Amino acid sequence: MTESLIPVLSPAEVFEISSPGRRAVFLPELDVPKAELPEELLREDLSLPEVSEGDLMRHYVHLSQLNHAVDTGFYPLGSCTMKYNPKVNEEAAKLPGFTRTHPYQDHCTVQGNLKLMYELQEYLKEIGGFAGVSLQPAAGAHGEFTGILMMRAYHEERGDTKRTKVLIPDSAHGTNPASSAMSGYQAVEIKSDERGNVDLEELRAHCDDTVVGLMLTNPNTLGLFEEQVLEVAELVHGCGGLMFGDGANMNSIMGIARPGELGIDVMMFNLHKTFSTPHGGGGPGSGPVGASERLAKYLPGPIAATSEECDCHKEKTSEVSETSEVYACYHLEMPEASIGRVKAFYGNFGVFIKAYTYIRMLGAEGLKQVSEDAVLAANYLLVRLKKVYPLPYDRTCMHEFVLSGPLPQAPDIHTVDIAKRLMDYGFHPPTVYFPLIVPEALMIEPTETESKETLDAFAEAMLKIAEEAQENPDLLHKAPHTTPVTRLDEVRAARHPRLRWKPG
Amino acid sequence: MSYIPHTDSDRAAMLPEIGVETVGDLFLDVPESVRYPELKLPDPLSEMEILRELRALSEENADLDHHACFLGAGAYNHFVPSVVGHIIGRSEFYTAYTPYQPEISQGTLQAIFEYQSMVCALTGMEVANASHYDGATSLAEAALMSVSVSRGKRRKIIVSPTVHPEYRTTLRTYTRGSDLAVVGDDDLTYELDDLKALLDDDTACLIIQNPDFFGQLEKANELDQLAEAVHTAGALLVVNTDPISLGLFTPPGEYGADIVVGEGQALGNPLNFGGPYLGLFACREDYMRKMPGRLIGETVDTEWRRGFVLTLSTREQHIRRERATSNICTNQALCALAAGAYLAAMGKSGLRKVAELCYHKAHYAAERIRQIPGFSLPLRGGDKGGSKPFFKEFVVRCPRPPGEINEALLERGIIGGYDLGQVLSPLSLGQRTRDLSKGRDFPQLEDCMLFCVTEMNTRAEIDRLVAALEEVAP
Amino acid sequence: MKIEKDCRYAETHEWVRVEGDLATAGITDYAQSQLSDVVYVELPEVGDAFDKGEVFAIVESVKTAADCYMPIGGEITEINEELSGSPEIVNEAAFGKGWFIQFTPSDLSELDDLMTPEEYQDHVAKEEGGG
Repeated sequence: MTESLIPVLSPAEVFEISSPGRRAVFLPELDVPKAELPEELLREDLSLPEVSEGDLMRHYVHLSQLNHAVDTGFYPLGSCTMKYNPKVNEEAAKLPGFTRTHPYQDHCTVQGNLKLMYELQEYLKEIGGFAGVSLQPAAGAHGEFTGILMMRAYHEERGDTKRTKVLIPDSAHGTNPASSAMSGYQAVEIKSDERGNVDLEELRAHCDDTVVGLMLTNPNTLGLFEEQVLEVAELVHGCGGLMFGDGANMNSIMGIARPGELGIDVMMFNLHKTFSTPHGGGGPGSGPVGASERLAKYLPGPIAATSEECDCHKEKTSEVSETSEVYACYHLEMPEASIGRVKAFYGNFGVFIKAYTYIRMLGAEGLKQVSEDAVLAANYLLVRLKKVYPLPYDRTCMHEFVLSGPLPQAPDIHTVDIAKRLMDYGFHPPTVYFPLIVPEALMIEPTETESKETLDAFAEAMLKIAEEAQENPDLLHKAPHTTPVTRLDEVRAARHPRLRWKPG
Repeated sequence: MSYIPHTDSDRAAMLPEIGVETVGDLFLDVPESVRYPELKLPDPLSEMEILRELRALSEENADLDHHACFLGAGAYNHFVPSVVGHIIGRSEFYTAYTPYQPEISQGTLQAIFEYQSMVCALTGMEVANASHYDGATSLAEAALMSVSVSRGKRRKIIVSPTVHPEYRTTLRTYTRGSDLAVVGDDDLTYELDDLKALLDDDTACLIIQNPDFFGQLEKANELDQLAEAVHTAGALLVVNTDPISLGLFTPPGEYGADIVVGEGQALGNPLNFGGPYLGLFACREDYMRKMPGRLIGETVDTEWRRGFVLTLSTREQHIRRERATSNICTNQALCALAAGAYLAAMGKSGLRKVAELCYHKAHYAAERIRQIPGFSLPLRGGDKGGSKPFFKEFVVRCPRPPGEINEALLERGIIGGYDLGQVLSPLSLGQRTRDLSKGRDFPQLEDCMLFCVTEMNTRAEIDRLVAALEEVAP
Repeated sequence: MKIEKDCRYAETHEWVRVEGDLATAGITDYAQSQLSDVVYVELPEVGDAFDKGEVFAIVESVKTAADCYMPIGGEITEINEELSGSPEIVNEAAFGKGWFIQFTPSDLSELDDLMTPEEYQDHVAKEEGGG
């Protein structure tokens, strides 16, 4: 491939449909006298597109039609919880009373916002079994970083400065060691045993007074519930360490178990996974953090709080809600020994509204039903697929499970080929090549919002592909065939990066 | 009810296939002592009920559709063209995941590639990533990246005191626990020359904000001299900017910036009480591989069609793990999509027009306020001699405590400026936090407010503000 | 799989060739075949010094980033500038034009701890055989 060959440029980029003088937006005329502009500071050129609104809309609509999304088809990405995103959440989040408020407005003028934040904090405390919650972190990884900073603050306050190691199971998501490193700690890998649990003996060997804590995902990335979770927590606490919980897999245990009761000291939630807020093509998410009694005071802030003394001149309401007493006034405050702020303002408020709406619509019974059906759906698929695909850990799974791609009868086929071929059947592939402890992994998480027909269709496609792998492997090697683009040259993209549009 | 399609007969069909009798049999790994806790949450509601409740809740707020707004300080009331909502409202965009499977994610990939391109055009830089959580975390990541560019050998970060206070607090949270030193903002009177004096061969970067927190623009020759001094010391120049200002003014890429960060909320994203926002991040090509965050690159498929993929992923957490450039995974893709749509909709002339409207209206307001007895503009001439130009925000010294003035303005349907001398107390404006041990952020501006005027403020609103201020001054 | 007779080999698939006062090092042909398409090599700076076994470079393919360890210790005198524009050279000529660094060895006796070409060949065979 030489640079002189010009690729087929379709769809066009927005710069390519531009023409000088076209505009999409027309603004009102200036209604005040002109002030003098500082000539020396004015820029000469600004190469932004120039398109009409009609062309702009068509451009983006065409682009959108190239995407697979939850609203177009099954999306069994393990660890991502691609459940249906309720539209009432979107409506709620668009209410101008919410969207048109500035974060620095006097707290008395945003009581609606503060009440929503306060109640969401309380709900997450209840669901997780925690003493305190901060909504500030913007995503799961941000919440992880926050949790580790809180653990540091705890140890520092006790003068326990020898602790520099964070224990992380080998099945952990990459963000776990990355977050540890960002916090200045050393990540130490703990092996899993043959049943996919944290190896207790290894843990015991590593657990000493140089350990900050253990980062535990439960259920883990293999989709398995930690069989000795209480012993693990006891061990870690026993050597003076803390338990960090990666709450990415909460969709499996709502109303079934509370991490706070399993020994977790601090945990981040993913509102964009468990609580149905949309993934947005890569965000925005939200990663609130819950903490036990001993860590709650270190939460980042500000957080929403209530007070009996109300300085907002409101009439005290007489309604009593189930979870909180009668407090008419909400404000923001910093937790007692807060690690500070991990970003500007208070967190992704627009995302809070969606999670809040979801929790209010489902209630306790609804959330439990979600977890039960998520786990039911996963086990159903597991049982259908393990007949053909290798299953490294033959246990009851939770909301997701991990298969190994290579089929004994088709050694030339890799997980990537299976994944690409699935696209021809109209399905988004599962998570591939993760967790790292399973070679050629396929991590499948159906979620609770898929009908049995969809689950069956997916299972049938996977079984068909297994047949194709033997009878016509080339079909898989060259897949996908029916998508807008075929396999893309990622080597070329990495060797000769083209990261922005350039003319010519 | 919970968006679950399964009926009892579906479940009855699945359970025997799995080989268990009840769903409870699937949870035997959960310790019995903690299994099936009772969650005390409010009773479930229907759509009608929750919408009614939320509508009422939202109406408890004083929102900007019903109040004139002169509040800025890092979050801005700018116009969002209708087309933006319809683009990000397409569920093919918002219900998609991170584009790890590029063949079926070309929509997201191309849209964000276009966003990257537009951020480069706006900032005058060569590479932009697919976004960070917000301006504050972008700035923190830029500081960490500067250290990494020096291969960890340089440990000092100089930051100007006129960088947004919450950004500086966030930076300190990010560097806590390391031996990195953050200096330069202890003395709130520090100017560029004072910051330059701190440069040495241990400096990884020098961070300024332009326009600064008070709305002021640095002079061209000062910026050139600054860049020269920073580069001579072997450090990187990081500029935190306002993207709307770049519709009018010289982009940081043209005055020597190595990394440009900023808050992208003003580009097509609503105020939303502080989030979700958008961290802009762009840098020079030389530093591309040290850049945190997702990057989308152009390539071709097997049929030689242009396509887009996530690239340079080996920097990221899912591959590099503890040696990743950052731990970031989910970013703010939909907000970036909104920003791209906004920039494409505004286009070259539209963005310039927005910036001009802000500039002229802000200057009109400043001039009228300066003429009210009791009010003055402390940063415009007088104290500092040759004052710097400003963009859309300016500092006003008030004859009464700003809190009182704002209360009075509120009664007149106006949301006033940002109180620069605030003290945090449990019952007061919890709108902002700061390191509790330090007290006020700007003690020398105790009786001052930061006013912001954008294209959304009509002349009538500005005149009303002036009339109100005249009334409430003693 | 290519193997050069005038090199010594580390278990971690780096090679070193000593000529007079200078040594040259890179990754073996086997290593590049395991990585598949190399997209980037992060090299140290001239003047950096490393002990035997320390990470001196990182070689990246699309899906992985692999550490490269100093086969013997020394101070870097030259790095292969060609690799930044054409990382594929590593795949094409791992022992020749795909060299990574030239350096002054600090202790030539460290060569004795490395494998001979034959020993390395056996080592690779064992790794391939699923050892």
